[in-house]
Amino acid sequence: MAAFAFYLFAFLLLTSGLMVITARNPVHSVLWLILAFFNAAGLFIILGAEFLAMLLVIVYVGAVAVLFLFVVMMLDIDFKALQRGAMKNLPLGLAVSGIILAEILLVTMGWQPGQGVIVHEALAGPPEGMTNTQWIGSQLYTRYFFVFSMAGLLLLAAMVGAIVLTHRRRVGLKKQDINVQNARTPAGTLGVGKAGLGQGVEL
Amino acid sequence: MTFTGWFIEQFGQGPGWFLANLALILAIAFPVMVGVALAVYADRKIWAAMQMRRGPNVVGPFGLLQTFADAAKLFMKETIIPTGASTGVFLMAPMITFVLALVVWAVMPFDAGLVLADLNVGLLYIFAVSSMGVYGIIMSGWASNSKYAFLGGLRSAAQMVSYEVSMGFILVAVMMYAQSLNLSDIVMSQKGNVLGILNGNVFNPLLFPMAIMFFITVLAETNRPPFDLPEAEAELVAGYQVEYSSMSFALFFLGEYANILFMCALVPTLFLGGWLPPLDWAPLYIIPGFVWFLAKMAFMFFAFAWVKATVPRYRYDQLMRLGWKVFLPLSLFWVVVVSGWLMFTGHFATAPGVL
Repeated sequence: MAAFAFYLFAFLLLTSGLMVITARNPVHSVLWLILAFFNAAGLFIILGAEFLAMLLVIVYVGAVAVLFLFVVMMLDIDFKALQRGAMKNLPLGLAVSGIILAEILLVTMGWQPGQGVIVHEALAGPPEGMTNTQWIGSQLYTRYFFVFSMAGLLLLAAMVGAIVLTHRRRVGLKKQDINVQNARTPAGTLGVGKAGLGQGVEL
Repeated sequence: MTFTGWFIEQFGQGPGWFLANLALILAIAFPVMVGVALAVYADRKIWAAMQMRRGPNVVGPFGLLQTFADAAKLFMKETIIPTGASTGVFLMAPMITFVLALVVWAVMPFDAGLVLADLNVGLLYIFAVSSMGVYGIIMSGWASNSKYAFLGGLRSAAQMVSYEVSMGFILVAVMMYAQSLNLSDIVMSQKGNVLGILNGNVFNPLLFPMAIMFFITVLAETNRPPFDLPEAEAELVAGYQVEYSSMSFALFFLGEYANILFMCALVPTLFLGGWLPPLDWAPLYIIPGFVWFLAKMAFMFFAFAWVKATVPRYRYDQLMRLGWKVFLPLSLFWVVVVSGWLMFTGHFATAPGVL
């Protein structure tokens, strides 16, 4: 049963990954990408990492891909023109992916750290009486706290950078200030003016 | 013998498990669909009563069968697929909305132990499924090849993503208090948690602001008034649904109401003590937990309909301001308050994995 589920998810993951780069329509590409994320979450569940699976769906499917889809829908890209150069760059792409594949194979098959290099031993699994989620939390905020906070700082820097680059002040824009509106009282805004004959009222 | 155990004995390990779960899924999905029909009726009746009208009162006793008549009418209509629509995506969008609205019920505990999938990440599962709900809307908006539908889809994408952020922080506060992501554990953590007699996080001053924010966020997540901008009929005709007819429209409609009902069940689970009676007092436990749960759901649905009948629609920039400039800082600040309070009162001392 688990083997069937694995092959199902893995097959769908690879197929949708392939469809992402071959689909004609960019919006369809993003939709295939979402299916790929979803199947990756399924693989996590088979591994018993239900917390990671849910996070993958929440963060990537629920937030990142929505914004991605949002942008792709709004853009008017001529994908035909973009794809024209694809064959020219094919050898380069194949070379890069070949190197990455070779590195993954080297790491997973009998790679050992050098003499004197301290690497944390791989954790076997959650201890008795602890759920997956509690275990990740207890490791992430103690053992890997430095790495975790560095990752957080990097994201913060990226966010600040993005805002600084895109923020602009437009002139002549009237914005609603709700606090000012709420602070208004009749005494400050209403008045009874008396217009004399042939004269207007001073406002 | 358990229900699943009986099936396994009759039909063997694999098929028995499958049949038992199929039966349980139908036992949830069918009442949900009937509940949706009644909820639509109740919505219209409450709305009518607040406007001093009668509401549906012709089909069946007290108009109870009005929804079924409407469904039958929709069923008879022709399914129209606009030319220029992206057919596959166009047809998939209502299905996604409908399926997600049903799938999310799997982790809802209706009573002690009465739950289909007792996941230990139940709350995250709900969050994940409800965050995927936006796809039905955004896909239909794009695939319809219509400007109204497209605007509706874009509005809803921005709206739901914005409100999910503060919703996440509210859930964080609740799960920190319960020290669990399992919905049954979250309900049980509310047993007598206020002065030893009141059941429910909403009575807890620490979580009360979160309960109010959660209710408003849920209104935005389900595209209910005053946050129904994706389908604002005055500006966008019907938003993302404008090109849909017949059953494809019915699936959207059913999915939307199934989602609303689910949120009406989720608010009690997280804040009103789920299947527990409001007071931790022995005689009240004579009434079955399921009845309490349904009563709380009905109360929440009344609140939903009440808001719909009384509050005018937000303007889009006001909606965004509320989400990003009010709810996000407020919920983030309150998470800090809740976690600080729990830390200093020694709430986490017994949690596993604490150094």
